[in-house]
Amino acid sequence: MRNIRIISRLDIKGPNVVKGVFTEGLRVVGNPKELVNRYYKDGADELLYMDIVASLYQRNIDFNLLKSVVEGIFIPVTVGGGIRSLGDIDNALRAGADKVAVNTFAINNPKFISEAVRRFGSQCIVLSVEAKKTGPNKWEAYTDGGREKTGKDAIGWVKKAIELGVGEVIITSIDRDGSGRGYDAELNSKVMSFANIPVIVHGGASSPASFKDILDMCHPDALSAASVFHYQSHSIHEVKKFLKKNNFQVRI
Amino acid sequence: MISKRPKISIVDYGVGNLYSLERAVRLFTDRVSVTEDATEILKSDGVILPGVGSFEAGMKGIKLRGLFNTIIEFWKTGKPILGICLGTQLLMSKGYEFGEFDGLDIIKGRVIKFPKLKNGFKIPHIGWNSVVLLGNKENSVFVNNVRDPIFYFVHSYIFEPDDKKNIFAKTEYGGHRFCSIIKTANNVYGGNVYGCQFHPEKSGEAGLKLIENFINLAK
Repeated sequence: MRNIRIISRLDIKGPNVVKGVFTEGLRVVGNPKELVNRYYKDGADELLYMDIVASLYQRNIDFNLLKSVVEGIFIPVTVGGGIRSLGDIDNALRAGADKVAVNTFAINNPKFISEAVRRFGSQCIVLSVEAKKTGPNKWEAYTDGGREKTGKDAIGWVKKAIELGVGEVIITSIDRDGSGRGYDAELNSKVMSFANIPVIVHGGASSPASFKDILDMCHPDALSAASVFHYQSHSIHEVKKFLKKNNFQVRI
Repeated sequence: MISKRPKISIVDYGVGNLYSLERAVRLFTDRVSVTEDATEILKSDGVILPGVGSFEAGMKGIKLRGLFNTIIEFWKTGKPILGICLGTQLLMSKGYEFGEFDGLDIIKGRVIKFPKLKNGFKIPHIGWNSVVLLGNKENSVFVNNVRDPIFYFVHSYIFEPDDKKNIFAKTEYGGHRFCSIIKTANNVYGGNVYGCQFHPEKSGEAGLKLIENFINLAK
């Protein structure tokens, strides 16, 4: 059996959940603990907890905040932001993370991925890729919440990271994130065409139909969304019911 | 809250989502410690072997802390042990992740990579999946009142016990049915060792029920 996972994503800055459009113009959405509790009750299959400035400021996630946010929930939590040593991963796992997402540090130090996989296993290490379209069938990898260019080909980087052993990949379309224009079919189909590990797509969802559309087009393993759930335009339960009605397997 | 609160030790051997697990256990008993102290472990009513990591790192972590014999000694008292994910895999004789490594050998068998799966099914197996109890296992205290056995899995390796009698439950993924709950035979030190391939501490209400049942076994 294979249930499609619906994942709620929280971008964290300071003590708040924030959300931007095209990763610029950040807006405070609310209190992370309240949101997380709502998503847990609403049937989220997993949570993504991303500190979007930790890497930029070269500091660590606020582990005490993480601990208090996840205190009352019992579903998997992937934590990302500023992960740059095996010690950081260990600390995250001791503070409520079940998996960690790596991006900025790993892209400059690919060897870090193989070291992390060797100790924590593939299943614990998730590659987070922020991709921005630069031309036909071409995307550049960005870091630091879509702020910094890397000059690296996003697709090539995903392939390399899979070789190095990551167990899962979250692909964020910078062009779609916060836009509400639906998931990026071209980018996500490209990644799905070669990825032999689970793929989580992110960026652009605005309605239950957005989820169905991308599933119809390239069948990703998991779908993540932020704004659509934050602003309660649609609940997780509503999205799952819609998918089930359309013959996709989900956990309800 | 259970009236006579059992003392539970979560063995800290350096790899594990320790906070997640500790919170879940604390819902049912406040006598819980995350520990690498042999004396404390041996004084417990129940022991949990957590695990997020590779087989090699897990066994190394146990040996480095001098806990190999502690776990074996605890097992032989007949008090309950619960393995979770890697923690369960370490109960087996041998693991084959990044090479060949000896496990705790509490249950005879091997930990191997998923065999080739049907088209489209990926490794790691990540997500919520059903668990089917074998035989008359529904009556076991361990799964008492677990109504909706859908649990969260995240793994690339599976355990294969030599003796099929150790298989308590199975799960199907990509055309392959693998052992998802394992248990020692009743005539082996009371048969109180349970192991899940999934993460009960991450599986919502059904998972919490399983943890509560385990703590009841430790009373």
